[in-house]
Amino acid sequence: MSELLQFVFSGLTVGAVYALVALGFTIIYNASEVVNFSQGEFVMLGGMLTVFIFEAGLPLWGAAFLAIFITALVGVLLNKLAIEPARGASVVNLIIITIGASIFLRGLAQIIFDKQLHRYPSFSGDDPLHIAGATLLPQSIWVMFGAAFVFAGLYAFFTRTLTGKAILATANNRLAARLVGINTNFIMALSFGLSAAVGATAGVLVTPITLTSYDIGVMLALKGFAAAMLGGMGNPFGALVGGLFIGLIEATTAGYLTSEYKDAAAFIVILLTLFVMPQGLFGAKSMERV
Amino acid sequence: MLSVEGLRSKYGRIEVLHGITLEVHSGEIVTLVGANGAGKTTLLRCLSGVQPVSQGTIHFRGENLTGTAPHTRVCQGLLQSPEGRQIFTNLSVEENLRLGAYRYRDERVEKDMQEAYALFPILREKRNLPAGGLSGGQQQMLAIARALMGRPICLLLDEPSLGLAPILVDQILDTVKSLKEMGVTVFVVEQNAFAALSIADRGYVMETGQIIMAAPAQDLLADDRVREAYLGV
Ligand SMILES: Nc1ncnc2c1ncn2[C@@H]1O[C@H](COP(=O)(O)OP(=O)(O)OP(=O)(O)O)[C@@H](O)[C@H]1O
Ligand SMILES: [Mg+2]
Repeated sequence: MSELLQFVFSGLTVGAVYALVALGFTIIYNASEVVNFSQGEFVMLGGMLTVFIFEAGLPLWGAAFLAIFITALVGVLLNKLAIEPARGASVVNLIIITIGASIFLRGLAQIIFDKQLHRYPSFSGDDPLHIAGATLLPQSIWVMFGAAFVFAGLYAFFTRTLTGKAILATANNRLAARLVGINTNFIMALSFGLSAAVGATAGVLVTPITLTSYDIGVMLALKGFAAAMLGGMGNPFGALVGGLFIGLIEATTAGYLTSEYKDAAAFIVILLTLFVMPQGLFGAKSMERV
Repeated sequence: MLSVEGLRSKYGRIEVLHGITLEVHSGEIVTLVGANGAGKTTLLRCLSGVQPVSQGTIHFRGENLTGTAPHTRVCQGLLQSPEGRQIFTNLSVEENLRLGAYRYRDERVEKDMQEAYALFPILREKRNLPAGGLSGGQQQMLAIARALMGRPICLLLDEPSLGLAPILVDQILDTVKSLKEMGVTVFVVEQNAFAALSIADRGYVMETGQIIMAAPAQDLLADDRVREAYLGV
């Protein structure tokens, strides 16, 4: 029992990270139908930038915010330099561009930073909490609440603000959005910035637990992609459920079988989703009248 | 108010507008008639900036709009209700209307919304439902109401009565007339050429990407060729 609880704790922790990566996919997918495969690199940049800014002497919280801000700028630049000029290219081409961008960002990180593993101190120390025989790291609580906070904040942004609704409107009907005066280029830039900031936040929160290096983005992108597919690409609620589900599967596989198989769990989920329900759990049923 | 000079536009390599020149004066209702595929929608898309212009110019209220972004034209008061009711199907009726006034955040937004509901009471009834669930005619009303939310100085209407019951067609045309009284200039493309010409001041006839006739609406209504080709008389 306490063993299962232990797996649930670690599953929810990594699951929250996958959920944030999946949310990043969702935001950009909704605004542009592009699956942005450099989403994992945003997570990496969040962690790596925090490491190096912190080591340069800034307080940890300052380093974290600066890292998120810089990553958001990288997202905006990615849109400006790679996606926007290719406007009119097919979605498949745009996806290939994002794969290229991900390789580029990884290479750049390797040159600017290094190839070592890095971490910085946990936000609230490393003394674990004991709950019903299982242990929970304070940083895990940070990850889970951080993710919950990001989801709630974005939910409010999309449902309560005019700018948030303009993003939804652009996703729904780009032509109509342009005709009501929404600057759709700005909306694209905003979506990339927002998505990058969400990814970077995940990196900032989880690095004290999982450590970070220039190449962690590849696996994260795949896991987040699996989560987004499972939940139904484009649905933020699906991203949350999908992320937590994959985290839990992974933790129980690692716990009850062997940790060597844990990465396979995500791939099996991708394959099963594609075969059994390509729309995902909460995928759009496309009920548009044309 | 709105003047177009030698406008050409193409899809890929195929040119569909071969040098359109026309003028809409302040306070007028001008109707554009033409067969299916003549290029009427393409022209309106060019005017709103969502279709590239390969040659020619568009001036609006003395300013050269050629090549400017769609949202800058909306800011200047050039609004369009597009063909095929391009509404935001996932958003509620009220959110659609609110986004129509995307450029504005003042009290007039609420007032305009009440006016839109007064004009089309069915929209008030359905205001919290997803717009994708409206009937075709209701979606058309929403598309027009949404364009009105943008405070048009000049309103471009592409087939506003398409798919509407006759009684609603009359209502749309009455709305257009009352817009004119409020000082809004209207440029309207209509399948229902007879009805549209009968409320218009002037009309243009377009054939395969060219303007072949320009005259006061009464003259077009009386013209034999127009009657035969577009009015089905
Ligand atoms: N997206 C497109 N790609 C390629 N060609 C197009 C496209 N849209 C329209 N066309 C072509 O351009 C020409 C003009 O089309 P347009 O829609 O402007 O005509 P229209 O006068 O509005 O017709 P309708 O009365 O049927 O609405 C047509 O020959 C059409 O086939
Ligand atoms: Mg048309």
